[in-house]
Amino acid sequence: MIKRIIPAILVISIFFMLLKVMTNITPKYDLTGVSKTYAEQGASDLGAMNLVTAIVVTYRGLDTLGEVAVLFMAGTGIALLLRRKKKKKGSVAKKREASEILQTGSKLLVPIIMMFGAYIFINGHLSPGGGFQGGAAIASAVMLMFLADNSFKINHKVFGLIESLSGMFYVIIGILGLVMIGADHFLDSRLLPLGEFGKILSAGTIPIIYTLVGLKVGTELASIIDNMKGDLE
Amino acid sequence: MNITNIVHIIGFALILIGFWGMLTQKNMIKIILGLAIVEVGVQLVMVAFGFIEGRTAPILDSAVELSKASELIVDPVPQALVLTAIVIGVAVNALMLTFVIRLYQKKRSLSINDYKDLKW
Repeated sequence: MIKRIIPAILVISIFFMLLKVMTNITPKYDLTGVSKTYAEQGASDLGAMNLVTAIVVTYRGLDTLGEVAVLFMAGTGIALLLRRKKKKKGSVAKKREASEILQTGSKLLVPIIMMFGAYIFINGHLSPGGGFQGGAAIASAVMLMFLADNSFKINHKVFGLIESLSGMFYVIIGILGLVMIGADHFLDSRLLPLGEFGKILSAGTIPIIYTLVGLKVGTELASIIDNMKGDLE
Repeated sequence: MNITNIVHIIGFALILIGFWGMLTQKNMIKIILGLAIVEVGVQLVMVAFGFIEGRTAPILDSAVELSKASELIVDPVPQALVLTAIVIGVAVNALMLTFVIRLYQKKRSLSINDYKDLKW
């Protein structure tokens, strides 16, 4: 009984806290402060149509680098905790084969999903989307492959190489900003010419950075899925 | 009662449901699901904070005149923040589930009652 009462009291107190927040929200009618600056200058400054991308990749680029680092650390931690011992041959438990529909369907769908993921991160500066979303789409294609084929294995060397190289180039682009533009321009996307507003090759280094982030996130999430899939013991 | 209020209420309700789940469930996977629900609620509330009635998405295509952009789009900063929050949330949830997998491999139990090593 007491185990129900204490959570109930806690949840009710949180409810009153949130009620206080809820009743004191004043609706916004105008952009203020930093949002206003971004909205007014973002287009001429960086040449990116999608302002969220401009904020994530350039204005708040350091935060995104930290975010990628957090994801990398989580992936490393998972790989470390779920490290598999090498098994003797023949001890692998028999798993039921995937159904005909899933096998055939995945052959059709996997390339399309991968291409869609690449489309999302290449167009990150023009339309809704970006590296993280595109990477998640690519990882979902890898997951479909795992579901359809019991013996499917990812090539860890290739995945590790793609992941580390894209992470490295991301940091190198950041440092190039310091070297070529000025002391306070880490991860500045104006390294390359801004190009014509609204074209795919525009907005400086934003498409390059988002492609690298997309590859990194995609391979990282695929490795996480591979680790968590595990084997029956 | 406009759309912003409705989204706020849904978000706050999800936060409460998640906390209730985290505090009352014994199954560790369900506790993690509770935290995931809280995350979704917080993200919804944050996005709704940046919404302005009658404006469009912060993408400067043909629907938005460049010179008047700041009067036509919603606030892009909370959206960027939530994008970060979602990714960090995925990473944290995956790591927590990994701990659960390891604990299960050790003791063959998912109930939080069977793990008393840190209990005082």
